[in-house]
Amino acid sequence: MAERKDAVDAVLIGVGMVGTILGRELTRAGLKVVGLERGEPRYTVPDFQGPHMHDELRYSVHKALMQDTAKETLTFRHKASDTALPTRRLGSFLPGTGLGGSLVHWNGQTYRFQDTDFRMRSRTVERYGKNFLGEDVTIQDWGVTAADMEPYYDRFEYLLGVSGKAGNIKGRKIAGGNPFEDPRSREYPTRPQKEPYGSALFRKAAEGLGYHPFPQPSSNLSEPYQNPEGLSLKTCTFCGFCERYGCEHYAKATMQTTLLPLLLQQKSFELRTGCKVLRINVDSARKTATGVTYVNGSGQEIEQPASLVILGAFALNNVHLMLLSRIGEPYDPSSGKGVVGRNYAYQTTSSATVFFDESVNINPFMRSGACGTVMADFVSDNFDHGPLGFVGGAYVGEVMSHGRPIEYHPTPPGTPGWGSAWKEAVARHYNHTSSLNVHGSSVATRYNYLDLDPTYKDAWGLPLMRMTFDFPENDLKMSAYVTQKALEIAQAMSGRQVVGSPRKAPYNITQYQTTHNTGGTIMGTDPATSVVNRYLQSWDVANLFVIGASNFPQNASYNPTDTVGALAYWAADAIVNRYLKAPGSLMPA
Amino acid sequence: MERVSRRAFLRGAGAAAAAIVTPACNRTEQTAGRQRAPYAFLNADEAAFIEPAVARLIPADTLGPGALEADVPAFIDLQLAGAWGAGERLYRSGPWQAGTAEQGYQLAFTPAELFRTALRGIGDDLRKSGRNGFAKLNVQDQDAYLKSLESESRDLAGVPSNIFFQSLLEVTVEGFFSDPVYGGNKDMVGWKLIGFPGAYANYYELVDQHGIAFKRAPMSLGQDASGTIHMHPVEPAQANGKAK
Repeated sequence: MAERKDAVDAVLIGVGMVGTILGRELTRAGLKVVGLERGEPRYTVPDFQGPHMHDELRYSVHKALMQDTAKETLTFRHKASDTALPTRRLGSFLPGTGLGGSLVHWNGQTYRFQDTDFRMRSRTVERYGKNFLGEDVTIQDWGVTAADMEPYYDRFEYLLGVSGKAGNIKGRKIAGGNPFEDPRSREYPTRPQKEPYGSALFRKAAEGLGYHPFPQPSSNLSEPYQNPEGLSLKTCTFCGFCERYGCEHYAKATMQTTLLPLLLQQKSFELRTGCKVLRINVDSARKTATGVTYVNGSGQEIEQPASLVILGAFALNNVHLMLLSRIGEPYDPSSGKGVVGRNYAYQTTSSATVFFDESVNINPFMRSGACGTVMADFVSDNFDHGPLGFVGGAYVGEVMSHGRPIEYHPTPPGTPGWGSAWKEAVARHYNHTSSLNVHGSSVATRYNYLDLDPTYKDAWGLPLMRMTFDFPENDLKMSAYVTQKALEIAQAMSGRQVVGSPRKAPYNITQYQTTHNTGGTIMGTDPATSVVNRYLQSWDVANLFVIGASNFPQNASYNPTDTVGALAYWAADAIVNRYLKAPGSLMPA
Repeated sequence: MERVSRRAFLRGAGAAAAAIVTPACNRTEQTAGRQRAPYAFLNADEAAFIEPAVARLIPADTLGPGALEADVPAFIDLQLAGAWGAGERLYRSGPWQAGTAEQGYQLAFTPAELFRTALRGIGDDLRKSGRNGFAKLNVQDQDAYLKSLESESRDLAGVPSNIFFQSLLEVTVEGFFSDPVYGGNKDMVGWKLIGFPGAYANYYELVDQHGIAFKRAPMSLGQDASGTIHMHPVEPAQANGKAK
């Protein structure tokens, strides 16, 4: 029999970025809040301190900060007629675990999505007609606009202290920023980071071809900054140990450096780590959540009653817990009906690599996680898709983040995989190579989805989640088009040799691409095609809010974190200023 | 020159590889005038393959030391003896069945089991074809044998040879380029080969000095002011040891 704790006003499932933001906003509103985190407590001091943090084997190769796949993983197949098998080690994406969540090990790219992303279906129909999209493409509008989200992006970016250059302040275009961005209310909190050599070569080449390069918005800070919560960040040192690592310098914006210390001081907040939530409990009518049931570190099952449940785990885990809790109708690809697990999407990435003469020292180890220069000329609907036959796009940029040698030792095609010729090529090219990223969108289709696996179980005896995914034709066309543009820019960077190819099917879950898994509990304005409403409130259970990249109806060209942070503040505002005053649906179906 | 507190330098790439094999039961053995710790995991037969094999994967040549000189066999030994060898972060529930390449590793073996099993299979394989041990082949034949493991999925006592080869190559590269605290990359020869400056890193003042030749000697994360590198005995299984 599970131990039953005293009821609280709100319980947070996951104390990462979403949980910390919601915890702060809800305690500020006077609520008594418990945060349940499955992983360990961890802090800049002592957990992320150098020099031991700069250990490529432990953190990059053995993935010490990531979800422990010995206990919980997922199964994967390309299509519904295949047999899904467990992903026995992480590869293509790296969900974190522990206090502060995946934000501890992120790189810090901090982009806003465009209005054309939030209105992707209606925009496509407006501009290209209703027959432009294939029938299998299930992209839809988010139910919010860029103007709706602007104040929440602003708030999140000022929490983090993002380093960047505005391209559009209240409709006024600013030289040096991103000319394609929607109006922002003010300049970035801190100036852009310094531009590394390879990024400067890219900028020059892109400008020469008539494109519009700008500094990548970075949450590795360019200068000291105090955020509105009163926490201070320091200047990034370009140490080259960012993604997959904690930051010892207080220079990467994470919950540890921007908000957690304040939340943990609140008397009305209690953090419980090592607590794995098994399910969200609902009443007999299945209309109201009564709390959650979790297992603590010593294996005891505990029930935590709560008036409000905030599900803010990693995107994939949000979907998993909704399926395990049987809240919302699971998606069925054969009928197209059901919503939970629907519209799983990813990110369509590729690269273009420039091999230089030995006189060109790129110094790839002098990098920060999100330094570099990018361009948005082929992002979203910033270019005419009419003659191209696909939707979506990609940003292109030189945004290398490290020169750690186990992961990074580029060699030109034709180099043997081992032996003296391999060794010679590694030594020859390591410091004389630069690589452009093509970071592209991912449309939702009726075939790509998440559900529960019928065979494999996790360490708590619960079914693993099953991912059915392959790259849609639309995105392969997009990748072919934008990668060709990137190769043309790479050619203009005056190297000896340029190499690269578009993303190709089949999707390979063993090769790292990005940790930008989206969808499965998508937001919208119609309960038939979304799991949560535009305020991220469950259509079925009004006192449950689900927040994360799992809300994205499809994935955009840009990195998702800024949008997840903005959504967290957006939902917190709706809860505090509307829901708590009149508990119930904020958007009657 | 850094002084290494435990495992000593193995001299002579490929030369009398069998002679430097230390049975696991031996405490220490004098090699090239220095003390050398015994292997924790590899037995004599296994070491007699691993040592010459890694010397072919990353050879000593005109560019400098290779994997053998970098103590990569010692790195592999400690990895196999520790948490990684035991299947740290490896999902190990059945049912077991072969999948596609895109679904990834689907064998029931932990890395330690995979190496032990495959190395036994290699011994049998060589004996069957009348060859008496990998170490005794000339380097051309060693390369040809390694290529056959790589390109075929020959059955090595239950392990497909290409899966074993890929795993051996990965762990060899890791041992050549990881921090010396794990027992490989001795004297940071892997880092010196490419110009990677190692664990101590602050480039704020240098990142916008485009194209500079950065010549600082690399530094290990286990390196103290006296230049001694302190090795981790065995890699811990968790990111940190804090109580929950």
